[in-house]
Amino acid sequence: MTARNLKNERTAPMKEVTPFYRAMDDPAASGRNITHKKILGTLCSYAPEELIYAAGYHPMRLFSSKADNHLAQNHLQTYCCSVVRGILEDSLAGRLDFLHGTVFVHTCDSMQRLSDIWRLKGRYPFFTDVILPAKMHAPSAQTYMAAVLERCKTDLETDTGRPVTTQALADAIRIYNRIRKNLARIYALKSRYPAALQNKDLLALVKGSMVMDRQAAADHLDKVILRLASAVPDTKDAPKAPFKRLLLSGSVCDMPGLYDLFQETGAAVVGDDLCTGRRWFDGLIPEDMEPMAAITRRYAQRLVCPAKHQDLHTRAQHLIDQARQVAADGVVFVLLKFCDPHAFDYPHLKTCLDDAGIKSLVLELDDSQDSQGQLATRIETFIHMI
Amino acid sequence: MTRTDEKENRKIAAAKKMRDIMTTYYLDALSASQNHRQVAWITSGGPVEPLVAMDIIPVYPENHGAMIGSAKMGEDLCTKAEEMGYSADLCAYARADIGCAVAKGGPIGGLPKPDMLICCNNICGTVLKWYEVQARYYDVPLFIFDTPVCHTDFFPETAAYVKAQITEYITFLETVTRQKLDMDRMNQVGHLSFEGQKLWQQVLRTTAHKPSPMSAFDAFFFLALIVTLRGTTTAVDFYKELIAEMEDRIANGISVVADEQYRLLWDNLPVWHRLKWLSKKFSDHKACLVADTYTSAWCGAIQYIDPDNFLDSIAQAYTRIYLNIGIDQMADQILDMIAFYDVNGLVMHSNRSCKPYSFGQMDIMHIVQKKAGIPVLMLEADMVDPRSFSESQMDTRIDAFMEIIQHKNRPHTSADMQTGTGQKAGGR
Repeated sequence: MTARNLKNERTAPMKEVTPFYRAMDDPAASGRNITHKKILGTLCSYAPEELIYAAGYHPMRLFSSKADNHLAQNHLQTYCCSVVRGILEDSLAGRLDFLHGTVFVHTCDSMQRLSDIWRLKGRYPFFTDVILPAKMHAPSAQTYMAAVLERCKTDLETDTGRPVTTQALADAIRIYNRIRKNLARIYALKSRYPAALQNKDLLALVKGSMVMDRQAAADHLDKVILRLASAVPDTKDAPKAPFKRLLLSGSVCDMPGLYDLFQETGAAVVGDDLCTGRRWFDGLIPEDMEPMAAITRRYAQRLVCPAKHQDLHTRAQHLIDQARQVAADGVVFVLLKFCDPHAFDYPHLKTCLDDAGIKSLVLELDDSQDSQGQLATRIETFIHMI
Repeated sequence: MTRTDEKENRKIAAAKKMRDIMTTYYLDALSASQNHRQVAWITSGGPVEPLVAMDIIPVYPENHGAMIGSAKMGEDLCTKAEEMGYSADLCAYARADIGCAVAKGGPIGGLPKPDMLICCNNICGTVLKWYEVQARYYDVPLFIFDTPVCHTDFFPETAAYVKAQITEYITFLETVTRQKLDMDRMNQVGHLSFEGQKLWQQVLRTTAHKPSPMSAFDAFFFLALIVTLRGTTTAVDFYKELIAEMEDRIANGISVVADEQYRLLWDNLPVWHRLKWLSKKFSDHKACLVADTYTSAWCGAIQYIDPDNFLDSIAQAYTRIYLNIGIDQMADQILDMIAFYDVNGLVMHSNRSCKPYSFGQMDIMHIVQKKAGIPVLMLEADMVDPRSFSESQMDTRIDAFMEIIQHKNRPHTSADMQTGTGQKAGGR
């Protein structure tokens, strides 16, 4: 396959998915359309969205609009990842002026400094840092995490001038659980019937859910599931499909063009270990526990991100287990250029996959490089090899 | 006095002793297993004192990284790690160390195998990943001492968390070594650590004198003891001697840069593989790098240490170090240093290897330009990997910067007064 602009070759997604595409393609427009709530931007899948939602805000994950860096280059060097630079550029250019504020969590060294730069710029009325622990396994870290989330709740209450009630927390947990359950169900269906959805639909559904009104997201996801349930055969055995089955692993993979490239090559994305995928929706919150304790437990026990320490082997084991569970023919590491935590984990994860007999490909990209010809050739070669 | 004599006179005599101490230290560490002693690898900003108190030999991969850089072995070892799949954009200390562990190369043939790893993330998130890699490679226990970033404040929950970890840390050490921490010995080490840091601060402050008896390039070298032998009498005794030598140089008017005209402040880690070149480059302009934000980090949290309640107080001291705070607080510290050392310009090393140190530098630069009104030069390089260093570009930029400094600091002349082009001496 030669380089081509795949954007022109899109087939229309099923109509139930289109609201998610609208949110994915222009998150800022979605933000501007939400007028009934103040919007707080988040920058990491560890942001405690349930608290933000329960306090009466609309939590909205921020992504880079991938515009040229004119303003951010006065703050961040070229060796900073495109997500961090891109989001700062959007903010400085006024493209995020619909925000009431932001909730930063401690993610990585680059986000840590973005938080400082953002705070000093002071463009929005609200700002808070949720300085989560970097290790997740120790009891002291979980005690600390509970206190940090409590502080976040207090910060939100101070801003709104009213308490976050237990009822509001319980409602937030329920809506998030519904979204998470729905996305997990859709991923399972996509794995069983890869042709039922386009690859890119997965990104649209997750990213859209991070952007659009959460109630609307949950309702639309219900409709997607209904449609899928009626469209796919009612059998437990997946039909033999002429697809190579891929599992993606990485951080933020906000690259619709990449999902298209897989589609064009005849490969189906049947699962992922991404910030813009399973790591965001994996792990339900117990609804029968005290809400703050339940939220704390979910964030402490969710699928770990490489910027946090769980232990030395869980990530690799999880990746292998997941690859086997979805019967992946191969794993594609989508590494964001200059993303240190993922780059550090890659050699170990690759070795473990090799030992388990699972083939893998690594792509190191910045988030606007997803439709280049060279990339298409590499993907095609890999797909033919597996 | 001949030119050679003069150069000899400017050399710091304590340097030889320091080299001998470091040689002995590394020989001890390399022969640890023969002497039935355990080795812990620890990050440069980690709480080393309990290790010293338990007679465990602390070894610092970062110090080793600096040695690799100085020995110009960085490129080879980094390439080795890249061949293993590590991105060339990762920290060069980490790449060199990972490469070295496998290749058993480097200036001392590799570090002694660790019995345990102690990782404190007060300097970066990189160490968390780097130590995970090494914990898997050597298959040894890893303790993570997590110090949440103090963007604006040191919160009560942060204090409680870090204090709890001090207890966990000691339990970890007692489990690995199967021996109890002797609290009397711990207190003694705590006092020595505190004293060592105070003395190190005193060493660094001698450069406030004009002309300066030593430079940041010397501080980069003498730093090794406060990093590696913090909490020992060796460090305390050595720094006392070094201070005496500095005071002697001050009394005798011996400066490290001949005819010092300009005083500069350095930000970020050194460019280890180009120290001599940079030192000569600035000296040729009669400029002395009198201070830096890097070496001062090992005495920057003294105000939080209570030597009589050492273990409790280090929770705050190890959490509120220079890199673990917001960039506005970092800028304040730089402004204090600019005033204290009375410098004419700031040189910032935009270090591809160190994101938490380098990101935010541009904002700090703007704050400094606005509040201190001094010229700022930003040089892009890497502390260990020479592939990010362009000598000709660096040369031109330093020349241009020094021209601005000279222009800003030249004395008033009657001609200037008449034409109105005079610059205020000192530039501030």
